Amino acid sequence: MDKIYSNSKEALEGVAFDGMVLMCGGFGLCGIPERMIDALKESKIKNITAISNNAGIDGEGLGLLLETKQISKMISSYVGENKIFAEQYLNGEIELEFNPQGTLAERIRAGGAGIPAFYTPTGAGTKIAEGKEARQFEGREYIMEKSLRADLSLIKAWKGDSEGNLIYKKTARNFNPLMATAGKITIAEVEHLVEPGKLDADQIHTSGIFVQRIIKGSHYNKRIENLTTRKAND
Amino acid sequence: MVWSRDEMCARAAKELKDGYYVNLGIGMPTLVANHIPKDANVILQSENGMLGMGPFPIEGEEDPDLINAGKQTITALPMTSYFSSADSFGMIRGGHIDLSILGAMQVAQNGDLANWMIPGKMIKGMGGAMDLVAGVKKVVILMEHVAKDGSAKLVSNCTLPLTGAKVVDMVISEYGVFEIVDECVKVSELAPEISIEEVRDKSQAEILS
Repeated sequence: MDKIYSNSKEALEGVAFDGMVLMCGGFGLCGIPERMIDALKESKIKNITAISNNAGIDGEGLGLLLETKQISKMISSYVGENKIFAEQYLNGEIELEFNPQGTLAERIRAGGAGIPAFYTPTGAGTKIAEGKEARQFEGREYIMEKSLRADLSLIKAWKGDSEGNLIYKKTARNFNPLMATAGKITIAEVEHLVEPGKLDADQIHTSGIFVQRIIKGSHYNKRIENLTTRKAND
Repeated sequence: MVWSRDEMCARAAKELKDGYYVNLGIGMPTLVANHIPKDANVILQSENGMLGMGPFPIEGEEDPDLINAGKQTITALPMTSYFSSADSFGMIRGGHIDLSILGAMQVAQNGDLANWMIPGKMIKGMGGAMDLVAGVKKVVILMEHVAKDGSAKLVSNCTLPLTGAKVVDMVISEYGVFEIVDECVKVSELAPEISIEEVRDKSQAEILS
């Protein structure tokens, strides 16, 4: 099976639909699938339930799909930096489900590993425990959290080969490898696309089995949300 | 005389012991890193997927693929490792992190913590805070003793939605250091010339000497 698609628009063909559940990798704007988000915007697919740690910022990341009102529900841990999101949420145009970040990560990991639910102490005794099964283990309270899967996962890696093997760079890894495992279809976009054998097999983070389609992205913005520097002599 | 913010951070840094793996929250807790004793080997974890966080980059050397949980540009150290969000929260939720310093809106005398939402206001989300307080071995709260509207933050019961139930071990404010022991607030240290009566006056929780 040839996994390589020549561009993001082609890669999206036949796998995106109205009302789909989408996972989108990245932490803030770090490690987001920029070109696939562009293609999704162009596709005009709507009513998307988006599972992503954050909601982008105005004009960047998932913020682009909020502007076009393509997202109807977000499952996230933190959405603080997005004015459009706040507006749409307060207007009742978009539904929001907050998950603790570790619970979100574990729900996705579990989804990819075939585990339907798990118990965690995170959130026990808080608002997010409401309506969830609670259970004691060795005297401590835990709540049951269900796993997450997606119709489509869009992820970003640094390097990939034609088999879909992926290597991420620094903190741009974040949610990407988990989401790769939890998508019925996973599309990876990479900065460098190479022949099999060019990646060191011992260094591969995501095995090709989790990736159905791959494109070489380009013209990355990689916008920095919070540029913080020091003077050379500090 | 109450401690300055800088003095509060310096006092909080004394809780970071040699060999500790530490997660510092966004805001004032991040500044604690500037006061880590030079002879203590403290390893900072950033929940977006990094262990061994270095200082901010020199201007021009920033890398958009290398940020901390506050989305600030950051640098690596020779001992740095990177990992996924699942592994990162495995460290946090699995009890491998020794200490976390976080901010708070309210702390109750039984150790309940509220720091993520005010009903009726736009909620940004809890991020990793609920995981940190549930999983990290010791939770220290670094906060101003009283809210901007003058209301007490050290209270008998939290009125705001909780981040975690019975999770706080210590509170550091401009008035001193307080330990939560057996569902009571005990003074462990006071800022210079501060009396326990002043602390009680600024608190709604019962304060034991």
